[in-house]
Amino acid sequence: MDITWPELLPLIFMGVMGLSLLAYVVLDGYDLGVGILLPLATDAEKDIMVSSIGPFWDANETWLVLGIGVLLIAFPRAHGLVLSTLYLPVAVMLVALILRGVSFDFRIKGRAAYKGMWNALFAAGSLLAAMAQGWMLGSYLTGFDTSGWSLAFSALIALTLPTAYVVLGAGWLIMKTWDELQHKAMAWGRRALWPMALALLAISAATPLVSPTVFDKWFSMPDIIALLPIPVACALGLLAAWHVLRRPAVVAAGYGWVVFASTVLIFVLAFLGLAYSIYPYIVLDRMTVWQAASAHESLVIIFVGVAITLPVIIVYSVFLYRVFWGRATELSYLAPPPGEPPQSRARAS
Amino acid sequence: MDTLLLSRMQFAANISFHILFPAINIALCWFLVYFRLRYSAARGTPAAQAWEEAYYLWTKVFALSFALGVVSGVVMSFQFGTNWPGYMEKVGNIAGPLLGYEVLTAFFLEASFLGIMLFGRGRVSDRVHMVATLMVALGTTLSAFWILSLNSWMQTPAGFRIEDGVAHAESWFQIVFNPSFPYRLVHMLLASTLTASFLIAGLSAYQILRRTTNAGTQKALVAGVVAAAIAIPLQIVAGDLHGLNTLEHQPAKIAAIEGIWHTERRAPLTLFGLPNEVEGRTDYAITVPGLASLILAHDIDAELKGLSEFKGEHPPVAPVFWSFRVMVGVGLLMLAVSWWMAWTLWRYGRKMRRVQPASEGRPSPHVEQVPLARWQLRVLAGMTFSGWVATLAGWYVTEIGRQPFMVYGLYKVADMVAPHAPGMVLSTFVAYLALYLFLLVAYVLVLMYMAKHPAMPVPASPQGARAAVPLGGPT
Ligand code: HDD
Ligand code: HEM
Ligand code: HEM
Repeated sequence: MDITWPELLPLIFMGVMGLSLLAYVVLDGYDLGVGILLPLATDAEKDIMVSSIGPFWDANETWLVLGIGVLLIAFPRAHGLVLSTLYLPVAVMLVALILRGVSFDFRIKGRAAYKGMWNALFAAGSLLAAMAQGWMLGSYLTGFDTSGWSLAFSALIALTLPTAYVVLGAGWLIMKTWDELQHKAMAWGRRALWPMALALLAISAATPLVSPTVFDKWFSMPDIIALLPIPVACALGLLAAWHVLRRPAVVAAGYGWVVFASTVLIFVLAFLGLAYSIYPYIVLDRMTVWQAASAHESLVIIFVGVAITLPVIIVYSVFLYRVFWGRATELSYLAPPPGEPPQSRARAS
Repeated sequence: MDTLLLSRMQFAANISFHILFPAINIALCWFLVYFRLRYSAARGTPAAQAWEEAYYLWTKVFALSFALGVVSGVVMSFQFGTNWPGYMEKVGNIAGPLLGYEVLTAFFLEASFLGIMLFGRGRVSDRVHMVATLMVALGTTLSAFWILSLNSWMQTPAGFRIEDGVAHAESWFQIVFNPSFPYRLVHMLLASTLTASFLIAGLSAYQILRRTTNAGTQKALVAGVVAAAIAIPLQIVAGDLHGLNTLEHQPAKIAAIEGIWHTERRAPLTLFGLPNEVEGRTDYAITVPGLASLILAHDIDAELKGLSEFKGEHPPVAPVFWSFRVMVGVGLLMLAVSWWMAWTLWRYGRKMRRVQPASEGRPSPHVEQVPLARWQLRVLAGMTFSGWVATLAGWYVTEIGRQPFMVYGLYKVADMVAPHAPGMVLSTFVAYLALYLFLLVAYVLVLMYMAKHPAMPVPASPQGARAAVPLGGPT
């Protein structure tokens, strides 16, 4: 099978869009999760939790802008169809993201008396954004069908995606915090892991039922065996997370990152499964990647940009995480006084 | 109300809210670079403390404004798809890459280095921190570059061909550097400079009036006044050139701006009056004969086209006419205020230098000694948000003046709108509006609160002292 360059480019962009959205879900996923967990913590812990995501949340959200950007750049027809169909959930998500993003700053800069209100808005915005994203995912998977079953399916995902974000957020906090708060994060993770696992199962079972196209892809003979590693690896990831979440000693020994890493693994696998289900459609059963693509010369010009800048972006994103590696510390706009290396502040409390 | 009108109002509300924050941030970030450089240069002298405190307070303002800019910007990037799907279908081949380059070159630059710029001091070397600050400044400016390129292309499209009703790119150079782009970019960057300058000068004046200064207040105030005094004449020249360019490419817009109803030679300049679109004339007009021809064509006898030549294809006159006068009015006010303050400061500086010989070093007047009178400070404080007014008014001239077209001369707005039920658009419009009003009030109140509590947390002893500062996000 030989593919020509004009046929290949839309596929590459589909890949770039998918990876951006995956990066978004994982990265903003943990900070939304931390936001959802906020009301469960004491006031002092709230500050640490917010500090742990402070330097990152803006860059995390930019992956959403890139994902939507690629949809718009490379697949203008699908962009219009998808976003105008999802009009209301998109609006809900945007309002929620606004509330969340600004509360983050207002809570600390405004009058102390209003801090409680901004904390509440931060948590509510995080939860609402996660639910709206869940609804959109559900609706997308059913090809924007509006029958009763499809709506119930979307509602199911709207209710369960937040639990997945909570597990990610708890995993993040386990790495970034210590003592009391770290133990709490483990407890939160334990409580959210089961709903997440159930949701994963339910979605995997329901998607083929809702969509015959997906059914055929997964349940025909050689494919089903080739695809087996996906569910198996998911199950292993869940087991690993569960194992660590129940053993403070393992976390104390420095394996706390396993929870975050295995949740990310599950996200990646779910994403691969989804990509396989949908290919080569961009809107299930309605529009293929090639039908939706922009003119070739426009794709070429933007491909040059992507090929040069995306690696650079990834390099400096890694640099950002390196700089703020380690436990969450107090964030300050000022230089620390001389003689005090930043790492030693890590466990200052 | 119909879906088209509601969608337009919603778009206008969203972008108007969004632009308030970029208008501050694009230039404010360069001010921060400046404060930071002066701090490094002054290290070891008493002035260092002052620059550090100025940097500290304005970094807080920047961080807050940036957060608002980012979240409202995310809304913008969804708007095209949710409300104007026709836009992307028709001109996606051109708008797409421009928006794409903005995300790739500007947004990630800002967003990633912002974390290091804000919270990285002490974690990275001073040099790296300086580079991060520069990257953020570069990123905001670059994003203005791309988005204004797209907007200008919608005003003065170039470098494309139409196939089956869809625009295809022919020359990317002509698309990016379309005829109105250089003017718009310069005018907008200066607008941002003015917005940030008056914000800094105004809020500093407010601090002095309230006696809640920090060591940097005086320096910030002077920096704001001087920057404004330099930028405003440039802005007026740039605006004039921009107008000439518009006359060439969008004569209907100029006719609406000037309230010229019929083509005439020696067209008079209407200073004020009430545009009456039904009768096609300006009521109670105060005019200066021949001046419009003189300003716009640099020839008193030149002929200017009137609105009657663009039947059905010219914008509504009153909003364009009024917005333009608001913008120019605020601009002239800015000129008067900034030059007058700069003059007072300059005379004071000269006097001080004469009193204290240079060998004793530059005078470092105590904050209470600002050479401006209280009522001068009140004027400055009153102008704090004048940049917002002029910037919004300017954009209304530009955007309403493009009506009824979405892409000038090619596609009409009415053909691009998504056919949603009006009730649905109305509900989201009301939700956005309520949210924006709430946030705007909160933003202004918090700015004033920060101005009243400008003190930097004091790092007392090297060991342990900072741990006593409560954890929790930016302090
Ligand atoms: C002249 C300047 C200007 C104008 C006209 C616009 N923007 Fe903007 N935008 C900026 C200048 C800017 C900025 C200076 O780069 C921001 C504001 C927040 C910040 O300070 O960065 C930004 C942020 C920003 C973001 C968030 C980026 C991030 O995640 O970091 C998005 C998605 C947009 N904008 C999108 C838009 C769209 C789709 C516009 C037009 C319809 C638009 N902006 C008009
Ligand atoms: C940032 C400053 C801007 C402001 C304050 C602004 C303001 C406005 C206003 C008031 C309208 C409504 C006009 C009307 O319907 O009567 C409008 C429409 C619109 N503008 Fe802008 N605009 C800005 C920048 C941009 C940019 C950068 C773009 C595109 C890249 C853009 C694209 C549009 C579109 C697509 C519409 C909707 C259709 C229309 O009514 O023409 N605007 N804008
Ligand atoms: C006082 C002299 C000024 C003149 C003669 C002038 C002229 C103009 C003109 C003719 C336009 C419309 C461009 C178009 O055709 O679309 C415009 C737009 C604009 N003006 Fe001004 N202007 C002046 C002052 C200001 C000031 C003081 C500010 C802000 C601080 C400002 C901000 C803007 C903005 C943001 C726009 C829309 C963006 C653009 O099209 O460049 N202007 N101005």
